[in-house]
Amino acid sequence: MTKNVDAIVVGGGIHGCSTALHLCLAGLKPVLIEKDYAGRHASGVNAGGVRQLARHIPEIPLSIRSMGIWEKISELVDDDCSFESYGQVLVAENEEELAVCRARVAELNALGFTHEELIDGAELQRLVPAVSETCPGGVVSRRDGAANPAQTTTAFRRKAEQLGATVREGVAASNIRYSDGLWHVDVGIETFAAPVLVNAAGAWAGKIAAALGEPVPVETVAPMLMITSRVPHFIDPVVILRGRKLSFKQFKNGTVLIGGGHLATPYQDRNETVLDWKSLAISARTVFELFPVMRDATIMRAWAGIEAKMKDDIPVFGPSSRHKGLYHQFGFSLHGFQLGPGAGAVMAELIVNGGTQTRVSDLGIDRFHPSTL
Amino acid sequence: MTMAPKREAYDVVVIGAGPAGLAAAATSAEAGLSTLLLDENIGPGGQVFRAVASTPVTDRNQLGADYWVGADLVQTLRASNAEIIQRATVWSLDRNLDIAVSVGGASAFVKAKRVILATGALERPFPIPGWTLPGVMTAGAAQTMLKSSALVPDGRTVIAGQGPLLWLLAAQILRLGGRIDRILDTTERGNYFAALPHAFAFLTSPYFAKGLSMMREVKAKVQVVSGVTELAASGDGQLASVSYVAGGKRETISADLLLLHQGVVPNVNLAMSAGIEHRWDDLQLCWSPVLDASGNSSIAGIAIAGDGAGIGGANAAVVRGRIAARAAVEALAPAAGAKLPSMAALRADLSKAERGRVFLDTLFRPSPQFRIPSGDTIVCRCEEVTAKDVLDAVAIGATGPNQLKAYRRTGMGPCQGRLCGLTVTELMAQARGKTPQEIGYYRLRAPVKPITLAELAAVPKSEDDIKAVVRG
Repeated sequence: MTKNVDAIVVGGGIHGCSTALHLCLAGLKPVLIEKDYAGRHASGVNAGGVRQLARHIPEIPLSIRSMGIWEKISELVDDDCSFESYGQVLVAENEEELAVCRARVAELNALGFTHEELIDGAELQRLVPAVSETCPGGVVSRRDGAANPAQTTTAFRRKAEQLGATVREGVAASNIRYSDGLWHVDVGIETFAAPVLVNAAGAWAGKIAAALGEPVPVETVAPMLMITSRVPHFIDPVVILRGRKLSFKQFKNGTVLIGGGHLATPYQDRNETVLDWKSLAISARTVFELFPVMRDATIMRAWAGIEAKMKDDIPVFGPSSRHKGLYHQFGFSLHGFQLGPGAGAVMAELIVNGGTQTRVSDLGIDRFHPSTL
Repeated sequence: MTMAPKREAYDVVVIGAGPAGLAAAATSAEAGLSTLLLDENIGPGGQVFRAVASTPVTDRNQLGADYWVGADLVQTLRASNAEIIQRATVWSLDRNLDIAVSVGGASAFVKAKRVILATGALERPFPIPGWTLPGVMTAGAAQTMLKSSALVPDGRTVIAGQGPLLWLLAAQILRLGGRIDRILDTTERGNYFAALPHAFAFLTSPYFAKGLSMMREVKAKVQVVSGVTELAASGDGQLASVSYVAGGKRETISADLLLLHQGVVPNVNLAMSAGIEHRWDDLQLCWSPVLDASGNSSIAGIAIAGDGAGIGGANAAVVRGRIAARAAVEALAPAAGAKLPSMAALRADLSKAERGRVFLDTLFRPSPQFRIPSGDTIVCRCEEVTAKDVLDAVAIGATGPNQLKAYRRTGMGPCQGRLCGLTVTELMAQARGKTPQEIGYYRLRAPVKPITLAELAAVPKSEDDIKAVVRG
């Protein structure tokens, strides 16, 4: 028997959960379908960076919209998501890198964006005393911060369900088809039908888009992270490097998360990743050099989440260019977590109102043509 | 002196030098395969033959004849061409058979054509009220001190729990002049009836006569209370007393040391982190790897032998080690297998060694109240999470151990779930009306034992990088 709902959201990451939640707030009854469980992949196991800093210009409006929601996250999901806001700092390790930072901030200012702020060596030392004194400066985005990704994604899922979303976990969406003006999706023995289908399936979304006749240049990647034992508190902001692959964050409990985008080998069909310890050793060396206080810390655990990376590193977001009622929300290319809350709000506006005040037009799937694949 | 592995690649890498690992490495080396045995302890032997090459306990009767079987295994291995590295902690293994190992504070990577995991067993968690108090320890930890340093308890000592190892430890403590005030036997009375159909196999197994004489020996010297149905440790910052209920009557006794033991379970951390498939074993109440008759796991090239393959005891472990190694020989150098005992002969040895096991597993299946705690009893020691905390998280949507991490950080501390994993699975299964198999287990990740950032940073990439780090 087919169950009629208002919208079908495929994918229980932060994006699918946020969109389902915002559809509920708009008075719709969506179904959220997740093949594993909410936050199983990238959304639950990423670095938790809540970052406007160093974003691609086309996604900055969405990021700023999202930041406003993050700052009131408890009001939205009844859970603080362990969000804390000590800023994010991009460190220039030499004058050449600082020159790039200077040009970047000037470019943003010319476009009317003021969230990134150029800082000198003294301000860098004040914000991140542990960083090497030879670093001449960098960029800070002061409202940025970090949250617990699994806690956040779980909170969005829970709130969506409380507000009336139907949640199906542990069974994949299959046999996606359009007939008689409705999208139909099978979930095990159930079938759901709705006028709206949102493709928020993360690393699995490219296949769904391709099957619906909209192939895009996307690959599956698995960025690695590692976490250390507890060390005495020494750093507040999230730190990323301009020139080398490193991101660095100390949590309240003293543990330190080390990331930066070195990749594991994903085995998507098995939900598995195989870590590359030689690359993680590069991250360890960078930390060893920059933060001597970390040298005796122990590495507790390393992992990687499976996610989608677009060829142009910006997400696919907005209505399909081929099908009525189909919307895409995927390909966040290693920086989708912070965008989740805002993207869900904007997606709900696109679906319910047919438009939004937030500029997302550069993110549409129509930017790809067969010639670009 | 500890040395890094001599080569970058081996035919066979055996991990763990307990009964299974010793036998596997000797068999593999005897067949001419390049063999590396990596073991975390100071000397070979694992837990059952701990310190067999170095123990200060020289009176052979005190540790029992079975212990000294280990000495022969070590001798055979040392006579072979196998490369043996002690104090070598394997912290990563993946499906490509890439192994990361820490030796003497430096890590190296080696590659194997076949890996035989012989990582043995761990003691089952025993989460009673007060089990985290100083003064409460596992029987296994006490046995480690006894074997490696001849240390035995001299304060007021209570041993609580059940299983063959509990009686063995009690006998060993007494023989070395240690003190035991009382033994609280938690074996469920109903288990005796449940085990009865398997009694014939047990009566004709080597366990029977040995077990019986050991229990007699202990009971002659120590007051044993059987049918204990409740157990709690208490004290202010230090164990002061143990209270228990037996036959419906509560009693409290003063104690300085409480040794807890309710059996052992496979040490699955390295195997699970490699991605090897495991299933819930409802008789042994633990996760066991899915293996074929030669010990081959779900990952091509990785076999598991010994108690890590499912609890079978030391005799079975030795045979399983030989079987896994023989399978490796058949795969890599079939001609060399001719001089080894045939697979059929080994399988016959195994069924003999496993005789009586079902009886023991049934008799010593721990009661639910000692596996599934309630209220304020600590479940996760690393993050100090109680049973009530877990149930509260279930009530607001945590569906399994991995989801629970988002709520309570269980299993994310230094022990990587070794002390809480089974409890969390069973507690959540009970709360959600599911089977442990449906609830699942933590996804385990390398490093399975922590390594320092400095050690990882020093992993050589090139000569220049090494110099850069040294200058750092």
